[in-house]
Amino acid sequence: MSNEKKLSIIVFSGDFDKLTASFTLATGAAAVGYEVNLFFTFWGLDAIKQKQGRAFIGKDWLTKLFGFMMGGTRVAPVSRLNFFGASGKIFRSLMEKNNVATLEELIDAAKVLGVNMYACEMAMHILGLEKKDFIQEVKDVLGVATFLDLSEGGRTLFI
Amino acid sequence: MANHTLDITNEHCPMTFVKTKVKLAQIAKGDTLEVLLKEGEPLNNVPKSAREQGFEVLGTEQVEGTTWKVIIKK
Repeated sequence: MSNEKKLSIIVFSGDFDKLTASFTLATGAAAVGYEVNLFFTFWGLDAIKQKQGRAFIGKDWLTKLFGFMMGGTRVAPVSRLNFFGASGKIFRSLMEKNNVATLEELIDAAKVLGVNMYACEMAMHILGLEKKDFIQEVKDVLGVATFLDLSEGGRTLFI
Repeated sequence: MANHTLDITNEHCPMTFVKTKVKLAQIAKGDTLEVLLKEGEPLNNVPKSAREQGFEVLGTEQVEGTTWKVIIKK
């Protein structure tokens, strides 16, 4: 095990609370000098879509419907006690009131700090997404082998 | 007197580190930055991580109550 300061996170969840955890760890680690790799897959891909909010993104009617239903970070559900989306709004207002960074602020900070963002080729294929559907900070589209190469020698988390 | 100041007393993790890192990236080499922060996690770790990233910590001083001042040189 090397002592290289590197953190790689497989961002699987598109839930508001789990995305907040992913981006809190990513920005905190980057700010204290870690190299950080975020590998977005499945529902996590929702967080890096260029067009946030509900939009019909996809290549056919089914994937377009999925894209619409997922709807980006602003409508991301909370993993427990979601109450049809009310919890997300409550969390946001609590975070603002207590001066804790919101998910959007954390994502902006990740961009500024040069956190490496990658998208999973296989999940993109399933969800009918293309690299152009993502924010420009997404460096590349990868598979498992490349992710393992990138994360080698550091710590890896699955959120 | 430091060349730049940054108040992170109202910030929470990870923004305490993020704001310090971004500010240190903006200032010129040789300049000093005075960071106002709270004791606990920020006081324990902001100077430590600055040192680890090759910056010089010139001093740490209690301002009042739980607020401290850390001077970092780029």
